[in-house]
Amino acid sequence: MAAERQYQGVVHERSREIMSAWYDDLARAAKTGEPSACLMISGNCVEILRAFDIHPIFPEVNALQMAIRKQALPMILKAEQMGYSGDNCAYVKADVGFLMSGGVGPTGTIPSPSIVVCNYVGCNVYVKWFEHIAHFCKAPLFMLDIPFLREKAPSKDDITYVMKQLQELIALCEQVTGKKFDIDKLREICRYAARAEDGWARAKDLCKAKPAPFDAYFDSINMMGPINVLRGTKAAADFFDAAVAEYEEQVALGAGPLPEERFRIITEGPPPYPYYRNFRNLFAKWGAVSVASTYSTVGGLWEYGFRHDPERPLESIAEQMIVHNLTNRSILDRYQQIKDYVERWEADALVIHSIKSCRLFSAGQGDMREYFTKELGVPTLLVESDLEDPRYYSEAQMKNRIDAFFEALEHRKLVNA
Amino acid sequence: MLTEVLERSRGLVEDTTYRRALDWKKAGGKVVGCFPVYTPVELIHAGGMLPLGVVGGGTSVELAHADSRFQSFVCSIAKSTLELGFQGRLGLLDAILFSSICDVARNLSSVFKRNFPGVHVDYLHYPQNMSSAGVIDYMESELRRVRDNLQRVCGVEISDDRLSASILVWNRWRALIADLYALRRDEPQKISTVELYLLFRAGTLMPVEEHIPLLEASLAEFRSRTAKPRDCIRVVVEAAFCEQPPIGLIEVLEEAGCYIVDDDLLRGWRFFDTPVGEEGPPLRSLAAAYVDGSTYSSVRHDWRKKRWEGLIDRVRLSRADAVIFMPAKFCEPALFDYVLYREALEKASIPHLMVEFEEKMWTFERTRNEVETFVESMLFD
Ligand code: SF4
Ligand code: SF4
Repeated sequence: MAAERQYQGVVHERSREIMSAWYDDLARAAKTGEPSACLMISGNCVEILRAFDIHPIFPEVNALQMAIRKQALPMILKAEQMGYSGDNCAYVKADVGFLMSGGVGPTGTIPSPSIVVCNYVGCNVYVKWFEHIAHFCKAPLFMLDIPFLREKAPSKDDITYVMKQLQELIALCEQVTGKKFDIDKLREICRYAARAEDGWARAKDLCKAKPAPFDAYFDSINMMGPINVLRGTKAAADFFDAAVAEYEEQVALGAGPLPEERFRIITEGPPPYPYYRNFRNLFAKWGAVSVASTYSTVGGLWEYGFRHDPERPLESIAEQMIVHNLTNRSILDRYQQIKDYVERWEADALVIHSIKSCRLFSAGQGDMREYFTKELGVPTLLVESDLEDPRYYSEAQMKNRIDAFFEALEHRKLVNA
Repeated sequence: MLTEVLERSRGLVEDTTYRRALDWKKAGGKVVGCFPVYTPVELIHAGGMLPLGVVGGGTSVELAHADSRFQSFVCSIAKSTLELGFQGRLGLLDAILFSSICDVARNLSSVFKRNFPGVHVDYLHYPQNMSSAGVIDYMESELRRVRDNLQRVCGVEISDDRLSASILVWNRWRALIADLYALRRDEPQKISTVELYLLFRAGTLMPVEEHIPLLEASLAEFRSRTAKPRDCIRVVVEAAFCEQPPIGLIEVLEEAGCYIVDDDLLRGWRFFDTPVGEEGPPLRSLAAAYVDGSTYSSVRHDWRKKRWEGLIDRVRLSRADAVIFMPAKFCEPALFDYVLYREALEKASIPHLMVEFEEKMWTFERTRNEVETFVESMLFD
């Protein structure tokens, strides 16, 4: 068997460093009881929490870490014993199982939240998940309700409603921390956020190069932590400066993540975290590199130009939450995003990884395949597994499907050449 | 008369060609589909259009196209509703309204829009932060947006006066449905759940003005029935608010010894605990009703009073002995809520049973056994 492929570069290492520092902070806060708050990844308002020095806890990151480390299944089973269904999103189950196993609070590595801030940005499971956390942790729940983007642009009233709630959230943070809201501090945070977003956008743009300097699906994970969790810190802004420098150098050298880039693909849907590396290798083997991915944009669509604005901090936070992230937009908007990726990032094919847990992503992906194959003539592969529950991943089946797809694609390339 | 009304109701409920709505359409009327759960039917009615309950394909629709669009792990109603579209059976719709009940319904609204470009598809985002000072304003503005879009569909101005008149009509209709529910709660021997359900659901498939007299007449007949109470346990059915169970399953519960004394079948059509305000600006009244006057629901977050407290209250108010938790297969909002419902029921020592269903299921023997065992365990306890 060929040696395990190594994908780690400098960016990966740096990302690990700054994310570890955040975990350390959390573990410390779990002991000391410093103020902390649960938050969701998609279109979040971490800047506001940061303005009060409230430690942000991201249960989704917690869940994905367990999956990657292959620790999720016992937690999922524990939750299922409590009555969660086999058909419920396994992110929630793993997280609740962890909570029930003493992972949260003084016995664990994650603080018991002072507040639970549910940024309801598209995903309806978020609402349930955070209701449950608030209930189990006996913490106050703030439901930050973000109107879905259901017309071309949000209405004035949508924005007013969100702004009102941001004010109410600020009042709650003041109450929890005993600190006064400092808008200048928020401006400073937004400035750092915008710098990181610049870097993010630049890095994503560099993947238009042939070969792309990194895999915009598998390697984006290194950037997703810093942009979604640590956004608004100096460390994240610096990280992106360094990442861009590294990727620019790669482009100048004509180097990519694989020895040879034979296929440029767009990947849709979250990855199978329990088998991340296996899954990646199935594509690497064919020289297939993702040049863009939708999953990496759940937190924000910065490659399309949006930035947090230190001059209008709260307004820009509201706009980001409503408009500029993947999850608060319709699946038809997602079709258009992918179409744009195919065209401007010059991809050969679309790969849809359909996730049982996540109906936000997956419900209707059959229609998406129909649209891309029938209407646009883009070769499309749809495979199924899960992002958290290892029981839904079948390596043999996955391999067969992927091999057959790339064989056909190769054939097509030869014929067209 | 009652037999006739019930037969006609069953005919309407089991007919996925929507024949009464087709007649309406042929007479020049417009039809607006209402996907579960709650739809502000008053807006549709005030535009002179027919609100039509579009609640999946029941037992009668074979999936030929829709299962390639939605995966196996998605609830049946999403697929069968799309399938009805592919088979041309929803060709009568001028518009269809979906809302923010779950991720599946949201994506379905998009897929529907792409595949049926001739239909006006609107997606309503109902508020989830009932504690915000801005929530009623927001809801009012959302209703205004939908009203404006519907106005373009019907070509009629949906004025405040028309809307106020529609609120009166639908308040009357909901009051009659509430009367049926109260009768069943107090004298379940006089009206079975199958009867109530058929009659109620028929109202989502025909003009409300036609349905109201039927309700009035039937109610009088049900009341005057003489029947001896059977030896049954009293149960609340919870979690069937979106995809609907087959009638056969409801029959099985009744035959197995349950008096269903409250339920959330088609809950969105009787979403309010109190009538919608009849005075003042009508959009505001509808908005306020949603925020402050509606029932607890798996598709509506309201932390002021927890959902499971609502369920316990419902059990007490209906003097029920137990809860039958009846979610549609793959229905995430219902399945998540089960965890906290169960915890609360156990704390309150209220027995409960989980009966998962799919709209198209047709054998009930296993369920029958489970329910019978459950009932026996309670009757002879
Ligand atoms: S359904 Fe999807 S977006 Fe929502 S919590 Fe689960 S994995 Fe995340
Ligand atoms: S049955 Fe449940 S999951 Fe399916 S559309 Fe209805 S609410 Fe959503």
